[in-house]
Amino acid sequence: MEISRRTIVLAAGCLVLALVPPVAALTNQPFYLDLFRRMMIFAIAAVSLDLILGYGGMVSFGHAAYLGIGAYAVGIPAYHGIENGPLQWALAVGVSAAVALVIGAISLRTSGVAFIMITLAFAQMLYYLGISLETYGGDNGMRLASRSRFGGLIDLRQPAVFYYVVLAILIGLLALGRRLVDSRFGMVIRAAKSNEPRARAIGFSPFRYKLTAFAIAGGAGGLAGALLANQTEYLTPDFMHWTRSGEIMFMVILGGMGTLFGPVVGAVALLLLEDVLSALTEHWQIILGPILVLVVLFAKRGLFGLLVGAEAGDG
Amino acid sequence: MAETLLAARALRKHFGGLLASDGIDLDVARGETHAVIGPNGAGKTTLIGQLAGDLRPDSGSIRFDDQDVTRLDSPLRARRGLVRSFQVTSIFRNFSALDNVTLAVQAHSGHSFRFWRPARTESALREPARAALDAVGLGKRADVRAASLAHGEQRQLEIAMALATEPRLLLLDEPVAGMGPEESQRMVRFLATLKGRVTIVLVEHDMDAVFTLADRISVMVYGRIIATGTPAEIRGNEQVRRAYLGEDQA
Amino acid sequence: MVGTLVLEQTLNGLQYGVMLFLMAAGLTLVFGIMNLVNLAHGSFYMVGAYLATALTERTGSFVLGVALALPATLLVGVVVEIVALRTLYERDHLDQVLATFGLILFFNELVAIIWGRAAIFTSVPPFLSGHFRLLPGLPYPTYRAAIILVGAVVAVLLWLLVTRTRLGMRIRAGASNRTMVAALGVDIRLLYTLVFGLGAALAGLAGAMAGPVYSVQPGMGEGILIQVFVVIVIGGIGSIRGAIVGAIVVGMADTLGRAFLKPMLATMISPPAADKAGPALASMSIYLLMAAVLFFRPEGLFPARSRS
Repeated sequence: MEISRRTIVLAAGCLVLALVPPVAALTNQPFYLDLFRRMMIFAIAAVSLDLILGYGGMVSFGHAAYLGIGAYAVGIPAYHGIENGPLQWALAVGVSAAVALVIGAISLRTSGVAFIMITLAFAQMLYYLGISLETYGGDNGMRLASRSRFGGLIDLRQPAVFYYVVLAILIGLLALGRRLVDSRFGMVIRAAKSNEPRARAIGFSPFRYKLTAFAIAGGAGGLAGALLANQTEYLTPDFMHWTRSGEIMFMVILGGMGTLFGPVVGAVALLLLEDVLSALTEHWQIILGPILVLVVLFAKRGLFGLLVGAEAGDG
Repeated sequence: MAETLLAARALRKHFGGLLASDGIDLDVARGETHAVIGPNGAGKTTLIGQLAGDLRPDSGSIRFDDQDVTRLDSPLRARRGLVRSFQVTSIFRNFSALDNVTLAVQAHSGHSFRFWRPARTESALREPARAALDAVGLGKRADVRAASLAHGEQRQLEIAMALATEPRLLLLDEPVAGMGPEESQRMVRFLATLKGRVTIVLVEHDMDAVFTLADRISVMVYGRIIATGTPAEIRGNEQVRRAYLGEDQA
Repeated sequence: MVGTLVLEQTLNGLQYGVMLFLMAAGLTLVFGIMNLVNLAHGSFYMVGAYLATALTERTGSFVLGVALALPATLLVGVVVEIVALRTLYERDHLDQVLATFGLILFFNELVAIIWGRAAIFTSVPPFLSGHFRLLPGLPYPTYRAAIILVGAVVAVLLWLLVTRTRLGMRIRAGASNRTMVAALGVDIRLLYTLVFGLGAALAGLAGAMAGPVYSVQPGMGEGILIQVFVVIVIGGIGSIRGAIVGAIVVGMADTLGRAFLKPMLATMISPPAADKAGPALASMSIYLLMAAVLFFRPEGLFPARSRS
């Protein structure tokens, strides 16, 4: 049986991620477990954005808003003593999806730059809303009272357990995503991105499908936010700042948009880069900025494409 | 005369100061192939746009199969069987030819809120798509990326997509534009096989194609239809000769 | 007196509107003519503020500081355009957004390296400090009035430039048909560079004047930038007239909202709730306004020629 290069890369990646906790324990470097877990959480956020950006061509510059909603969906109940994990996370996904539905219903009536701006504006609105929540820390944010509680073996206070939960969610999202983009639904979204007038001419009304995709992506982003709150054990409205949206977008582009797996690579690469650079100098952003510019100008295909030697994704 | 499938009444359309459609009346009978000809700038593409639902007329009405469709947008009209092709080739470039046609089939196979099963494995979508590709002669090129097809093949692909939607009326905007003589003839022969089964409204400059295919011809000049009739009637029409065909033609 | 309070806040709204207009004018021209979304426009605002502050300190004169900051910011803009942005004209908006986002990071860090991260507070120059009697019972800060005046002058000059000069004609021609204009021998690249530089200089002027009113710190451009985008969306992309109207509308909405929403709400709901809801609603109001405009009239209030 011929095994494609792609399968090898994916399997290798999976293996590496799965081995991080035992390796970290053996080498007594818990920092790496934390780092990779953080990368995977952002990978989840990036994959959720790829669904609408890479496959749907919807340039949403407000995706970080859903991470914020998800985080606060964990933080606010925890503040009031409600630590029920399933409840918090269901809230994170549900509220994010609902908000995405509303934002999408308005934004998707526009396209191009107007769409970028309006999604940006909505995210800023939510950011200001977060700042105004004095009870929950306002613009300073607040400590997470306690990590989400699940029953039985799943104790998120155990670093390795939490790590594997995140890994499982990431793999699950990738699997579901793969199904989604090849399904009838996915094909409509991709057709609308490829040539919207054509899609309409053959009889598709793209709006309802794009809106659904937008809500799905928002919900998944909310889940990433819930995980992020648990990870950092601190939440601030900064989670929702538009520069965070830009970062997530960069992870998608850097890794390769329209590939689902690319954003994972992109998240890992960008966070590693930030980590390495910030160790070099406190002014690491002055190096990162031009790197991002260069990536956009010269490496649009993304790292995943380079790794598997594939032709362009849905781009 | 057979029953009217498509009726446009008093269509008017402005673009800024330009009056592209100046009170157009058009009746297309069920099963006929009706050509619309006229010099460049006569407003033919604007007419097609309004009939297809991409453009809203400033005033006037359009009835399809005895139902008022003036307010319906193009996807809704397409789902009712009123389908158009584009003057400038418009396909899904990064999908294969087969995927392109499969999408057209999918648009007419119920809703697409199916999230699990890969659409490419649905034979109910694939089979009709293959059949449409074979019918236009692209069967062997099914798996080629649409962007890599030759220009003429892309035009054929567009027709295949239109066919795959099982249209009742096809609006073809210059189907042989940009094709060499051999390709054009192949396309015309193919369109001739559709005559009677599918009602066709055809905008074309290629007079060979028009006079071969058309049952009736409408001539447009400056946003108005100045004459409608059989090819023979049109050839003999003095007004048309002067306005369009030129004294030394036909 | 409520009347004087409202009048004062209205003037403040006008003053903020001037700042928004100066930035919006450049951004809308660049977007309308070159079809370039420049997220880093706010960085020119910031650079102008820092340069004006530094030059004022060096020369001892505020007017000189501001006057020198203008060509300096123009130069920065030209360099950025030549080095980083030329290839972006052909690219899609997503690429432009991401690339200019990278530039934001770069500039924010650059000023932090040179001047530190802490906010710098510049003082109003003595000859413009204090109040003057605008109306009996209404003293108004002289400096803010000066900003309004400068804004009005610039608006007139800009209008004259675009409608009455050869350069302005070329700008407008380049907007409607860039290949034709190039074929006629006009150096399109030079034109673009000039327009971009002009936009940067205007943003720099806004930043230079902003110093004494708002604080000067890394990242100060982004906050105002989003509002500038709201301005051009509301006003219509590519239109100076739209930029003026949009800037005044947004400036007023934001300032009056901040000033009056809290007390207005307090009459309807409890004061502590109004205390929290007021500022939040005020900030949100202009975005709601933009959403409404995009919903009902997506091309803006005064669209320039529609682009295909």
